[in-house]
Amino acid sequence: MIRRISEFFIGLVFGFGLLISGMTDPGKVIGFLDVTGSWDPSLAFVMGGAVLLSFFAFRISRNWTASLMGRVIILSDLKMIDLKLILGSALFGIGWGLSGFCPGPAIVSLATGEIKTLIFVIAMVAGMGLEKTYQRFHQA
Amino acid sequence: MTIDWAQFSPLSAFSGGLLIGLAAAGFILFHGRIMGVSSILGGLIDSAKGDRIWRLSFIAGLIAAPLLAKLMGFMPSVRIDQSLLGLVFAGLLVGFGTSLGNGCTSGHGVCGIARLSPRSIIATLTFMAFGMLTVWLTHKFQAGA
Repeated sequence: MIRRISEFFIGLVFGFGLLISGMTDPGKVIGFLDVTGSWDPSLAFVMGGAVLLSFFAFRISRNWTASLMGRVIILSDLKMIDLKLILGSALFGIGWGLSGFCPGPAIVSLATGEIKTLIFVIAMVAGMGLEKTYQRFHQA
Repeated sequence: MTIDWAQFSPLSAFSGGLLIGLAAAGFILFHGRIMGVSSILGGLIDSAKGDRIWRLSFIAGLIAAPLLAKLMGFMPSVRIDQSLLGLVFAGLLVGFGTSLGNGCTSGHGVCGIARLSPRSIIATLTFMAFGMLTVWLTHKFQAGA
């Protein structure tokens, strides 16, 4: 139970971080991506603050065998820079530039009650499902 | 390039960023997991039953944040210019792309860069470049139309 509360609390902190930083406002995100137009560099500061703290956390836990709550540490062991990584990131970038939404902020924005956000999240989950289905058939 | 000083908000951006970093730090230190939203959400679709509950707890917290913020009288603006059809298309791309590339802004952009993972650095540069290119093309098209 304590783990569930902790995970919930971390999600809550993350959500507040996204709200305060401006990441949940697609207009602001597009302003950041608009480098050739009227550029708002704010979101670079979001990344700076976020990477700063998490950098130390990954450093500290580098040689740990288990987390503070006794769970196995699961990091991605993928090392390959392949077509899947590039193509996937490129497609994500196009969708991000079209909408101003990436996955975290899209979920947080559900609470605005706006139908547009809901539609986006449904399409996003459908996109994930499509990719997983595609991979399954591809491997089979 | 011109800087949009009217919108520039480095202080709130950095403070929010620190909170995001704090959450990512907490997730790895206490739970031993990468705080990547697309992977956590996508895992709900195809992971084993016992591997779902932690994902749901985290996402519940994420959804609770704006509700709590609303109660506290704080709700930042959400400006969505895109049409419904455009959002469906963009959503499909974001979902398909993050699943294929194994990560998004939080997983690759924050945690991966903090781990100095070459894979994540390449992924972040790629989605940023394509995001910028898309916005440039959109504005060019709008100006021409």
